[in-house]
Amino acid sequence: MLLLICPYCGVAAEETELAPGGEAHLKRFGPGSSDAEFEAYLFARKNPKGVHFERWRHAYGCGKWFLAARCTATLEVFGTYPAQTSGPPDDIIDRIKARRPDWKGFA
Amino acid sequence: MSIRLTSGGRLIDRSAPIDFTFNGKHLRGFAGDTLASALLANGQMLVGRSFKYHRPRGIVASGAEEPNALVNLGQGARAEPNQRATTTELFDGLQARSQNHWPSLEFDVGVLNNYAARLLPGGFYYKTFIHPRAAWKHLFEPIIRQTAGLGAAPKDRDADRYEQVYAFCDLLVVGGGVAGLHAALVAARAGARVWLVEQSAHWGGRAPVDGDMIDALPAADWVNATVAELAGMANVTLRARTMAAGVYDHGYVLLDERLADHTPGDGRPRHRLWRMRAARIIAATGAIERPLSFAGNDVPGVMLASALRDYLVNWAVSPGQRTVVVTNNDDAYRTAIALHQAGQTVVAVIDARDQADGALPAQARALGIRVETGKAIARVKGGKHVTGVEVCRQTGDGTISRFLACNAVAMSGGWSPVVHLYSHCGGKLIWDEAGAMFRPDAAHPPITQDGSAMVIGAGAANGALREAIADADAQVRIALKAVGIKPKKSAVPRQDLPDEAALQPVWIMPQAAGVGLRAKVWLDYQNDVKVSDVQLAAREGYGSVEHAKRYTTLGMATDQGKISNINGLAVLAEALNEPVPQVGTTTFRPPYTPVPLGALAGEARGEIFQPLRKTPMDGWHAAQGATFEPVGLWRRPYCYPRPGETPRQAVAREVKNTRQALGLLDASTLGKIIVKGPDAGRFLDMLYTNVMSSLPVGRCRYGLMCNEQGFLSDDGVMARIDDDTWLCHTTSGGADRIHGWMEDWLQCEWWDWQVFTANVTEHYAQIAVVGPNARKLLERLGGMEVSQDALPFMAWADGSLAGFGCRVYRISFSGELSYEIAVPASQGAAFWQACHDAGASLGAMPYGTEALHVMRAEKGFIMIGDETDGTVTPQDLGLDWAVSKKKADFLGKRGQERSHLTSPDRWKLVGFETLDGSVIPEGAYVIAQGSNANGQRHVQGRVTSTYRSPTLGRGIAMGLLLRGPERMGEVVSFNTVDGSTVQARVVGPVFYDRDGEKQNV
Ligand SMILES: [Zn+2]
Repeated sequence: MLLLICPYCGVAAEETELAPGGEAHLKRFGPGSSDAEFEAYLFARKNPKGVHFERWRHAYGCGKWFLAARCTATLEVFGTYPAQTSGPPDDIIDRIKARRPDWKGFA
Repeated sequence: MSIRLTSGGRLIDRSAPIDFTFNGKHLRGFAGDTLASALLANGQMLVGRSFKYHRPRGIVASGAEEPNALVNLGQGARAEPNQRATTTELFDGLQARSQNHWPSLEFDVGVLNNYAARLLPGGFYYKTFIHPRAAWKHLFEPIIRQTAGLGAAPKDRDADRYEQVYAFCDLLVVGGGVAGLHAALVAARAGARVWLVEQSAHWGGRAPVDGDMIDALPAADWVNATVAELAGMANVTLRARTMAAGVYDHGYVLLDERLADHTPGDGRPRHRLWRMRAARIIAATGAIERPLSFAGNDVPGVMLASALRDYLVNWAVSPGQRTVVVTNNDDAYRTAIALHQAGQTVVAVIDARDQADGALPAQARALGIRVETGKAIARVKGGKHVTGVEVCRQTGDGTISRFLACNAVAMSGGWSPVVHLYSHCGGKLIWDEAGAMFRPDAAHPPITQDGSAMVIGAGAANGALREAIADADAQVRIALKAVGIKPKKSAVPRQDLPDEAALQPVWIMPQAAGVGLRAKVWLDYQNDVKVSDVQLAAREGYGSVEHAKRYTTLGMATDQGKISNINGLAVLAEALNEPVPQVGTTTFRPPYTPVPLGALAGEARGEIFQPLRKTPMDGWHAAQGATFEPVGLWRRPYCYPRPGETPRQAVAREVKNTRQALGLLDASTLGKIIVKGPDAGRFLDMLYTNVMSSLPVGRCRYGLMCNEQGFLSDDGVMARIDDDTWLCHTTSGGADRIHGWMEDWLQCEWWDWQVFTANVTEHYAQIAVVGPNARKLLERLGGMEVSQDALPFMAWADGSLAGFGCRVYRISFSGELSYEIAVPASQGAAFWQACHDAGASLGAMPYGTEALHVMRAEKGFIMIGDETDGTVTPQDLGLDWAVSKKKADFLGKRGQERSHLTSPDRWKLVGFETLDGSVIPEGAYVIAQGSNANGQRHVQGRVTSTYRSPTLGRGIAMGLLLRGPERMGEVVSFNTVDGSTVQARVVGPVFYDRDGEKQNV
């Protein structure tokens, strides 16, 4: 029962208010893409033990999608941020590096 | 024989007798008794039989850790199996029955298993399941199943109600002993929002029983004063009878409050489940005493030393008038001293240590109690109760030095901190060599969302078995600091405790016990796991504690091994020749003690199990006696049977009437989503497989939506409302999902596109007016032009009918002349009634979802969820015409280009006509030649929709068939459940009005 702060309405939302959306920052590949690109887009997921970026929707709240940086092993939350970005913001990256010096970075 | 003493008992009220029954026998106890203390007061030592060998078992403990004294409580609608007698408060009229025996507790056939013990070694279940199968089926299973098992599951519906409440606090303190009380007080004085919960009905824990002094006050007085101060503070919530079942992510805790277990039927909910969110949790959950592992340690009358002391002090019950105390530590001497002071005989204290020179042994000796050091119990004598013990040297193999007659044994193997709450979310434990116990490792706590410690151990639960208050003081200050609250400076209450000498770990008694003794040394009383079973598991290669647990079932019973786990893994460690911490513990999982399913369900049962969505016309349908079916969370009329009609006859009548005269359908559940904005057309072109941006204002178009794999996800009719506004109709069950899908793409992928969406499904009631007389009805209602010229097929118009402002769509899902009319939801019922009133002489009848399905199947229209199952493309269904070839991109386009989706060998939509006119069974497959490796018949297709067509008077079906459209006219075979086959001819999917003339008049 995670608690994630919705970056839009500021509510510390319980997991029952949220709908999960899987891995964040996927790049969409449409017509014209290679089989390998399309496979990566549809199926290949990082599923790491540790730092992970994922999509959540404040489904039973403001209805907005947002992104969360979280440790899948300890459930520590490094931050949440609006979904309108193609990569994690710098302040989130800095916080993760401070908490997880061994982290290899967002790629 | 256990008896009630004539004086004493700090928790009982002798002026308030209470009558209860055990196995039908009428017994009497006092207010304040637990069922366990009342049974013992009545001389009832034997309370149950063990699971595997049906050994006679007595009460071992005095609290939640009790493994043996499980009873069936109550009867009928208030029957509850597996209730621990030790935590069941006595009430007038309580009915308890013992479990796991046949035919009676005193004489039990299953005890034969005891003599067949050599046939039932550790891993017995696995071995018999693996081979030989026949032995299990014919030999073991009938014996085990008839005689074993836990309590009987209740048969009647639970008469009680349960409720759930959300709660929030800065600090949740679990455990109302002196550590928890002090921690709560420090936090409360600092202004924190504090909750303090205690699983039993009483505050103070062990300290009042053990006669501790705190700040020069008797512990009981200090406890009362502290509780009184806490109760007077507005920022404090105190809850007794409330068990913290589990700690979950980010400070979420389930608290099970037993409101009316002891006052059944008084009108209150039986349990209240608190769904707590705590910023920090203090686990002041105390410690549980460990048994010692000697032969016959399960004979009724052998008890934990602390439990015996509890019965004596709290309830004035003496389990035996002649007691032997056996120990490896000083604490058990408290029991010897308490017995002596209560006038009971202590035969001897058998101390495994070579020396016992602490303050408590000295006091015992001074009272004249015989203390034998370096000694052990070789074997307990007695069947249904203890008759004596054989004493030997602890360091030997069990050679008997003397026999001591006694009728009770108080044992203590040391204490294990209750680390469950610390461990539930991954807190690590460290092995405390001095205390021979696992305690919380403060360096590796379970963490909360910011990465800091979520649970902090305090007092005995933190390994501070003696200076619990001082430890709690230190820990609560750490917890408060973490949540930004500054604790006030105050002196730590002083606990006056006698010095205690070190404990000596004793895992098997005597140390070199031979195999004959080891096979009678119980570790897990409830699941009947012995020292020899764990040693066998180690020999057979189950070196991991998690494997050994499952192989032997150690700790897997309803008590979850609260008193057995540490002893078991120490025995395993010895057998593996490894240190205890290297073997480690098994995983602690919630709940700490069982929570009734009723409490977890709360009020979510019966009619309010889940939300029920009703359309504005629902009351009318119910008044007409409609048969309902669930569609998502909606309920919709399936059909409207008339008196004497079966549902099937009703459906046939509704179909015929609609095709021949006039049918009215409540279509309000249809999803309605408005998509609006400068980029709305561009957005819909991406969402739908066909082109929606080109749809003229005032017109409708059928459209398909796919997921990125290219598989069909939803369908519906789109209406272009104005230049930048479209209204998307979705399936009844799909509105919320599709709205979420739209928002996902708009917010996360094309966030620079200017589009708004709104799900307005419930804003409108929608009525389908269907059949040859449909236009006549609208003309009678009057108010707008609905002719073929003014409102042609696939057009819509705003206007009014019979004075109701409405929007009329000329669309058809039945193949008939059809209008769908949307009015504001608040006017839905009135407009529905107006349609029936004006339509009566035109033959108007309501029809339900089944008639709707039959008519769409007669027309070969697909249904999402019938023809599709997440693996079906539009092309599979012959809907290529609705998939744009011109658009550069849409969701699913790239997916549909994958080779296996473009293969000609796909299963594709066709119709099926049975040769004999029968109806193909739902779910039937088209069989092919040959079988697969599992002997299953190869298949080449399946039926997706199958009905009896009242219009055509025979069975019709649609389905998917390998290269189906190329095989028109071929006869194929469908399998059926009874093994026969049904022959059907492959035909086109449209059975009725193939040219679509009827809807376009
Ligand atoms: Zn929000």
